[in-house]
Parts: sequence; structure tokens; C-alpha cells
Amino acid sequence: MCETCGCGQSGSAGPTSQDPSHDHGHSHDGYEPHVHDHALSHSHDDGTTHSHGAGVVNSHSQDRAARRIEVGADVLAANAELAARNRAWLNERGVVAFNLVSSPGSGKTLLLERTLDRLRGRVRCAVITGDVRTDRDARRLEGRGAPVRQIETLSACHLNADQIARCLSEVVDEGVRLLFIENVGNLVCPAAFDLGEHMKVVLLSVTEGEDKPLKYPAVFVGAGLAVITKLDLAAAVGWDRAAALQAIRSVHPGLFTFELSARTGEGMDAWIEYLVKAAV
Amino acid sequence: MHELSIAEAMLEQALAALRAAGGGRVVRLRVRVGELSGVDPDALAFAVPVAARGTEAEGAQLEVVRCPARVECEVCGATTAVEWPDVRCGHCGADRVRIVDGRQLRLESLDVETPAAALDGG
Repeated sequence: MCETCGCGQSGSAGPTSQDPSHDHGHSHDGYEPHVHDHALSHSHDDGTTHSHGAGVVNSHSQDRAARRIEVGADVLAANAELAARNRAWLNERGVVAFNLVSSPGSGKTLLLERTLDRLRGRVRCAVITGDVRTDRDARRLEGRGAPVRQIETLSACHLNADQIARCLSEVVDEGVRLLFIENVGNLVCPAAFDLGEHMKVVLLSVTEGEDKPLKYPAVFVGAGLAVITKLDLAAAVGWDRAAALQAIRSVHPGLFTFELSARTGEGMDAWIEYLVKAAV
Repeated sequence: MHELSIAEAMLEQALAALRAAGGGRVVRLRVRVGELSGVDPDALAFAVPVAARGTEAEGAQLEVVRCPARVECEVCGATTAVEWPDVRCGHCGADRVRIVDGRQLRLESLDVETPAAALDGG
């Protein structure tokens, strides 16, 4: 037993030292002598790192009282199952769903406003829009021929499949062919949550900088389509188009990228034609 | 920062597994976190003790096994680790690749202690 920390004692009350960081070499109850330290955070030879909360019983696998329960479960299994159910529900009705993800303020709502205006009378659309607070986006999107539903996440930084499941049947009525889900503005968290969409569409506005894909690769890796927005501001911010496209294709080779300005309409034709084809 | 909700989901699974296995006290949680999972291991390490408070997993160690992103090449067939920021084959350099690893977020196992009193026959 270690006099300093008491490790190796089954059922011990844990470290007695106020300083958990110390080295020692000794034998634990007949096990091979070994050296380890009790720094609060450390790495093992197999590349794993973990932290010991202060005052935690240092229970290594040698402890006689300890046993291992194998779980092997996907932590987001419940979300994944609901997402699969959402997707099946949409498939039965012939609805194609896009999950729009981007930083806050990159132009998701304006792109949707203009998209709904241009698809009105051609393709029936529906929108679910998520924000932490307010129904401002829903109000902006209403009156454009598409049913709209706002989800206020209150504190959550992303939408989840359960929130979508709860409002799917209310917002997707007979005749809807395209569902747009406007996620909470965030380039990190929405990457982790499948909502049941058919494709994630990542937006990148020219004002954000060309290197966003390099800094936030997961969301670009997971997207099926990229849209560069606010092209009307490109000259004002010195947008380096080649660098941006290279950054996108470096983390996601071959990712198809639209370049447009929802405000001026530049580049919108190709986007709209793509959506019309997707809806068939 | 969605790691708290993820930590809560993880704890729920862990405690269900614990109960199914006869109970006790969780002293270690072992999880695999993929580089493309959208989960930050440091934020998770911060969130798990908060989510575990007042449960049989309070004070448990979190052991995170980080899983790098790996791609399989459609050209040469090799499977290689991604060298960020270039998602391409580490063997032949082709960019026609498929992500085959790095998205996981898995609770692998729990180390559980039976209370000393129970062991002593108390």
C-alpha cells in the first residue's frame, strides 16, 4: 500500500494526500511492482487519457472488488433511432429533407425566404426552424406558401431528432415535397445529431473567412452539399474564392458547392433548379 | 456545448447497464470518442461529473479513448488515418476516399465496485 495515497486498498477512502500528484514504485497486494503517478490528468501507453476527479477512489483494474461491465452502446442510439424513424416517415410520403447548418448569421433564413418565394407554385415546401429563443425566423418565413414551425431550444445548441419527430406531422402536410430544417446557428454541435434528414447542407458566408472548413471540419465532412452565401459582399471583404473552395475540398473532396447571393439573386438559379430536381 | 446532454445520455445508459448487472458503484467509465463525432473530449470530461452527481456513478473516472478519422481509398484500397486538413488517402494520395472510422461515440464499459460492506459480508 502506498502511504501517501492509500491506493491498492480495496474499499479505501481514497487519496489521503491533498496533493494527488506523486510518483511511487511498489507492489499492490501481490501484483507486479509498477510505477505510476496520480496526477489529476494523465496518459497511458495505449494512447488513452483520463482525469481523476479530486477525492476519487483510485480503483485500478487490479482491485478485487471491481468488475467490468461491457456495454458497447452508441451514446446517441436513442437519437439515431428517432432519426431513422423520421427518415422512414418522410420516405413513405416522398418528402426530401435538408438540414441546413452554419454559423449564426451566415444567411440561412434569408436563403430560405428567397428559396420559398422562388419555389412557390412549383414545389410545395415546409420549414422547421430552430433557434435558442424567439420565433423571429418563423415569422420571417411565414406567408411564403409553406407551412412553418419554430422550435425554441431554450438553451440547447442544436436540434435533435425528438424535436423534429414531435412536429413532423404538423408541418409536413399532403403535397409537401421538400422539408427544410434550419438548425440552430452553430458549426460544431449540429454535426453530432442526425435529425432524419436526407442531406446536411452547410452554409459558409463570405464574411466568415475562407478557412472555416479547416477549423470546423466535422460539419463539412458530414455535409452532402455546401453553399457559399453573401456573394454580393465578396469584394468588400476581399473574399478569396480559390482558397475557400480549396479549404472545402481539402476536408471533403468533391463536395458540390453552390455560390450565391440570396439578396441580389446571383447564383440562385442553379440552387433552385437543383431543388426542383431533388423534389421529383 | 452539447456535451452535458451527451453526458446525461451516457450516464442513463451506464446506470441502466449497472442495474441490469446487479448494481454497485461505478468507478470508471470507458468511452470511445471519434474525431468526427462532434464531441469534444475535454468538454465531456467536464460534463460527466456534473451529470453523475447524486448517482451511483458520482466521482467515477472518465477514460476517453480518442479515435482518429480514417479513410478507405477507392483507388488503392488502403485504409489510412486522416492527416488534417487533407482528407485523402495516406498511401496513394487519391481524394476518392470514404470515411470508415472516427464518427463513433460509444460507451464501452463500466468498472464497478461492490460496496466494501457487502464484500465483508455486512
